Amino acid sequence: MAKVPVQFTLNGEEKAEFVDAGATLIKVLRDKLGDTSPKGGCNQGTCGSCSVIIDGELRLSCLTLAETCNGADILTTGGLARDGVLHPLQRAFMDEFAAQCGFCTPGMIMAAKALLDSNPKPTREDVIDALSGNICRCTGYEPIIRAVLTAARSNSQNAA
Amino acid sequence: MPLALKTYPTLAEAGSALSDAGARYIGGGTLVVRAANEGDVSLSTFVRSTDPELSVIKVEGGRATIGASVAMSAVARHPDLSAIAKAARAVGGPAIRNMATVGGNLFAAAPYGDFAVALLALDATVHTTAGDLGIEEFLAGRDGRVVAGVSFAVPPAENFRFVKVSRVKPKGVAVLSIAAVIEADAGKVRSARIALGCMADRPIRARSAEKALAGATLREEDVAPAVAAIGEGVHPITDAIASAWYRAEVLPVHFRRLLLE
Amino acid sequence: MKLAKSYFADQRKDDLKELGQGLQRADVPGHVTGKTTYFADRHFPGTLYLKMVRSPHHHARIRKVDLSEAEKHPGVHRILTHKDIPHNLYTILILIQVGPEDEHVLAEDKVRWKGEAIVAVLADSERAANEAAAKVKIDYEVLPAVLDIESALAPDAPIVNEHHGQNFYMYDSGPSRKVRFGDVEKGFAEADHILEQTYFSSPIEQAPMETTGCIVVPEGNDRFTCYTNTQAMFFTLDNTSIILQMPGHKLHMVGGTVGGGFGGKVDVTVEPIAILAAKMTGRPVSFVYSRYEEMQISSPRAAEKIVLKDGVMKDGRIVARQVWGYTDAGAYSRHSPYGAQKGAAHYPGPYTIPNVWVDTWCVYTNRTPSSAMRGFGVTIADFALEVQMDKLARLIGMDPLEFRFINAYRDGDMKAHRQETTGAALIECMQEASRVANWPVAEKYLKMSSYGEA
Repeated sequence: MAKVPVQFTLNGEEKAEFVDAGATLIKVLRDKLGDTSPKGGCNQGTCGSCSVIIDGELRLSCLTLAETCNGADILTTGGLARDGVLHPLQRAFMDEFAAQCGFCTPGMIMAAKALLDSNPKPTREDVIDALSGNICRCTGYEPIIRAVLTAARSNSQNAA
Repeated sequence: MPLALKTYPTLAEAGSALSDAGARYIGGGTLVVRAANEGDVSLSTFVRSTDPELSVIKVEGGRATIGASVAMSAVARHPDLSAIAKAARAVGGPAIRNMATVGGNLFAAAPYGDFAVALLALDATVHTTAGDLGIEEFLAGRDGRVVAGVSFAVPPAENFRFVKVSRVKPKGVAVLSIAAVIEADAGKVRSARIALGCMADRPIRARSAEKALAGATLREEDVAPAVAAIGEGVHPITDAIASAWYRAEVLPVHFRRLLLE
Repeated sequence: MKLAKSYFADQRKDDLKELGQGLQRADVPGHVTGKTTYFADRHFPGTLYLKMVRSPHHHARIRKVDLSEAEKHPGVHRILTHKDIPHNLYTILILIQVGPEDEHVLAEDKVRWKGEAIVAVLADSERAANEAAAKVKIDYEVLPAVLDIESALAPDAPIVNEHHGQNFYMYDSGPSRKVRFGDVEKGFAEADHILEQTYFSSPIEQAPMETTGCIVVPEGNDRFTCYTNTQAMFFTLDNTSIILQMPGHKLHMVGGTVGGGFGGKVDVTVEPIAILAAKMTGRPVSFVYSRYEEMQISSPRAAEKIVLKDGVMKDGRIVARQVWGYTDAGAYSRHSPYGAQKGAAHYPGPYTIPNVWVDTWCVYTNRTPSSAMRGFGVTIADFALEVQMDKLARLIGMDPLEFRFINAYRDGDMKAHRQETTGAALIECMQEASRVANWPVAEKYLKMSSYGEA
């Protein structure tokens, strides 16, 4: 199978790999780079479990071809904690019981991060809209919405 | 045959590459990568162009030109396109809107393609490598033409109406979508263009309802003939979201609400 | 939300340390950092991908399977058919003597539902497996199908599953599970009103976020490690052992965090064939359902038909309840004979009724086999029962909550299954619900207790 080179930054680290032509980003992240935080729940763009942030924008790694990411800056939930210190969103998801089976959690956290990066003080409606591409089947959405609002509050307190 | 991605600087070159067996144009990937992931083995080569012109939005003299590679989120946040932003926001969740393109939406089979429904009501012109054509003609064929962009007259916000009905709140796949551009003089409808999604395999115009609306005021008693005519000529799709019967039943309800909103 | 400690205060010490407290889940740090390991979070060099070729027909005879072109497809390593399976006929609950074996791991002469597995293609990429699967040629003779309970039980219905011989499960008690308590005919004769209603439900997909799947790694020494998201590890181990005729110690089943199951992962559908594939190829094998397969192939909650006939007095007492419950098992038993039996054990609901008659049937149709999902056998029963309770209350012009107080089972009542009620607490739950929901009821109901009239 033809291999093509790809090079991008993943959670601040330079990565360079030869990957199968036409391979999706989720496959490269998980199978080549060992970052299994993006989950393949549907591989059709419906569930949001594979959400990652590419050059500041929320995207679905299951529908993104790895080759189109050359030179990109990619963030995943797997690289969100810095030196063992959790991101406020991770803290809030723990405190608010916003993760039950955990499968949708990395995608939820990426969608929430994309929101807070552009809108640090979201309303409840903003949060609901920002999570509208992410499906959860066991936790329930209320704890997740609460967690995002809690993280936003703790962020603004830290900034103050 | 293994998959491959071929990237070309111009759309014309990409267009030529599409004549190869198994080649399909890739915009944001939300349709074609999905197809590949789901095991569509008829697709073997993704073809794209990185021509920067494809990613440009221009609004001049009341007319908007949107490149085929422009994502829904870019349309939704463009200050000069606020009148039609809700149609772009109706597509997918935030991640999908960052990926799904205006060009791709024209090729989305029902129940997808909500923005194309809006473009049909806007009577957009579709710019292709084989020349320009009206959107209705384009949608009727939806053949191998490569889309460079679309253009349309930006309506005043109060003239553009749009609704996407989903069973999941706040966002879900469409039961149906309706877009309407309604021009009125002194409260009476001068002209109306109404487009429907999920009422066929692609967006369609509701011409009988358009005619019935001409000269009417947008009041309960006056819109009744248009509401009664909205289902003429529709062949709704049946899928996991809703049956054709259900879609046909609720279409007049949502159309009436859209007119009276 | 606060604990209502006034109820049963004399029955326990007020020393609850965990209830009513917020607690962090033990596994949540892994979830929020993306470090929790699900079965598919492993990648083994040389993995082969298994793609199942499935029936496009509800019911058909297989005339011929032609693998010649598929086998030649680049990247294909092997294609498995029923001939490769040591013990191809199985049923999950055979482990607890609920037979007969009625389902083929890979179809032999017939397919009985749209989606039934026929041949398994193994290739070194998902793409190659999909392409080769498209080249498998199967010649079918399409047979008439039955797609609902009523047509399955019609006199001249085609037989869905020859291993049963008729379109229902034959229990040791006959064609149905039965409850007989008192005399319903006498009860109906005495009743002021009789209400008979029929309720239907559709199959419901569990739709877990993570699809069903497993990855199998040959460890040498003819031993296999199977990383799986099954909800039923020992069902899987023991059934795999029977199907592959391999002793259990050769099978190292590794579970772990499941990305949602809700009962959808208790059937044994991917592990036996993936382990066999790893055995026959010597390579790691990945068999993971696509989202389409999860929605269409994995077993849903059963469709049900429920007929409820009640005799009720003007004063609110239900004096007779007759139930005919039908569970649509789909083409194979899986867990449905048990589900239908659970229904029999659940009727007539949490009410004390002197005359009860219940028949529950497990019915076979040419639909996706149904199986477990959150309270299967009783959830739809409760839907029907409680809608019926509302209708009965309306019929006699009584408040629906007060109507339930009158009929609620209480400690010491004899249940239809001839077990005395203990620890009911239904009266107290309804009293609290009445307050919380601001649904007032007459004072006498607030003075009731599960131990008798106040």
